[in-house]
Amino acid sequence: MSAAVAFSPEQLAEVRRLQGLYPDRRGALLPVLHLAQDTFGWISLEVEAYVAGLFELSPAHVHEVVTFYTLYFQQPRGRHVVAVCHNLSCHLAGSRDILAHVKGRLGIEVGETTSDGRITLQAVECLCACEAAPMAQVDDRYELNLTPDKVDRLLEALR
Amino acid sequence: MTVGPVLMRNFAHPDSHTLAGYRGAGGYAAWDKARAMEPAAITEEVKASNLRGLGGAGFPTGAKWSFVPKSHTGPVYLVVNADEGEPGTFKDRYLLERDPHALIEGMLIAARAIRSALGFVYVRGEYVEPWRRFSAAVKEAYGANLLGQGFDIVVHRGAGAYICGEETGLLSSLEGKKGWPKIKPPFPAIKGAFEQPTIVNNVETLCCVPPIVERGAAWFAGLGTKTQGGTRMYSVSGRVKRPGVYEESVAITLRQLIERAGGVGGTGRLKAVVPGGGSAAILTADEIDVVMDVDGLRDAGSMIGSAGVIVMDESASIPEALLVLARFYAHESCGQCTPCRESTGWIYKMVHRIVDGHGRKDDLDTILDVARRGAGTTICAFYDGAVGPYISYIEKFRPEFEALIRK
Repeated sequence: MSAAVAFSPEQLAEVRRLQGLYPDRRGALLPVLHLAQDTFGWISLEVEAYVAGLFELSPAHVHEVVTFYTLYFQQPRGRHVVAVCHNLSCHLAGSRDILAHVKGRLGIEVGETTSDGRITLQAVECLCACEAAPMAQVDDRYELNLTPDKVDRLLEALR
Repeated sequence: MTVGPVLMRNFAHPDSHTLAGYRGAGGYAAWDKARAMEPAAITEEVKASNLRGLGGAGFPTGAKWSFVPKSHTGPVYLVVNADEGEPGTFKDRYLLERDPHALIEGMLIAARAIRSALGFVYVRGEYVEPWRRFSAAVKEAYGANLLGQGFDIVVHRGAGAYICGEETGLLSSLEGKKGWPKIKPPFPAIKGAFEQPTIVNNVETLCCVPPIVERGAAWFAGLGTKTQGGTRMYSVSGRVKRPGVYEESVAITLRQLIERAGGVGGTGRLKAVVPGGGSAAILTADEIDVVMDVDGLRDAGSMIGSAGVIVMDESASIPEALLVLARFYAHESCGQCTPCRESTGWIYKMVHRIVDGHGRKDDLDTILDVARRGAGTTICAFYDGAVGPYISYIEKFRPEFEALIRK
């Protein structure tokens, strides 16, 4: 295992705290994977094996979990993630044009990362902010009532 | 901010999400009352209120609580489904952000009724701000000794999967697995999270509980229809002039609700409405005099589901709308049951080629046939939820699909 893949003592204490919250410590697997992604940037096979060891689970079980959910990245992501909703309410409000605009501005397709490592672009299913469609999630934030101008300002602010 | 009579009563107050704000508006008085009541009496009160689950299935809440085996002596868990994800629904986001203590109070009361000492709140992974707001409220509640005195709350973040909104998929996920729904029976009330009796309730459902306890079951029942009590939060989006969340009696009609949201936007001429989230069968402009409760929508051949109302004006393309949903179901099928896994992908391909102008003459009948054959054959309700749109969009707007195929 790569020496880089290890939590700090403080993080290991947090892992144990999370595991103690559940009747079976495995309940903490998703939260610990979030912690791992925050720490290592993405979930590599090495990270999966490391996390598996913390739970005495097989790496295959952790891999099955990681690949099931959309929020775990299995390859390096950009410093920012722009996730444009393209479900029904956003579609009716013009999300197709918004997505095309973002692609054009960044010069990448959905699922790709800009060559400078700045932004990863995603098209995602309903984020449940349909009252403010079209919308996108930019890192932790919901950005609402998007227009091409607003998209330009948002992208410009991402460094 | 729009306010409402029961669930959205505190939304206009800037500090509605704080303990001080909630207490200032009379919060936790219902809990004071409930802790002096026998658990069974609380359940009876909720039964008498005609509260029905507001997450999607519409099951009577008090009856669900009563299914926890009386003879069980081990732990009982209360799990809150805050994995809001049904297309067109955004009400629970508002409750988590603007009135998190209402959910905590509802959980305290429900936990007493079902004799639970531990509750989990499963918040969808994308809801970072709602998760922070709710977690802060839980911390405040511990500080005020509302929690930690026989009932604890664990706030759990999901990781992105629509299927985890299905209650047994949610439980699998909570146990640290992929979110595969479980075969029922046993139902969660008998054997749920971590193999113990578990009650899974939606956020909005539990937020109804404090007002029921405080003001009485008869009052709550009287707000609604004969078979469903109360108000609920309708999420209204799409082509309306004032999209947003509206708290109304469940006796409201769809026509009145659209008016409440400012009327039809876009061209101003109504074409169709999705009345209860993406998985509800579509209604035409002639079908909107329906009462927006569980039974009203069921009798109209659709469902109220999560009460996510998506309005389409005449300029909206129904085949494109179905394409969006077909892609969604193909993407979100968990892959456990063959009919769902295979049909959602196949139907998406067929709708895709129809919209692209390469549809085949028999594609529409093939979609209907595939949809009908799979319905009712799977472990959970996901595929039945997909079948509603597949069939209704094509049956009610067939000429629009055929026009694309002929071209």
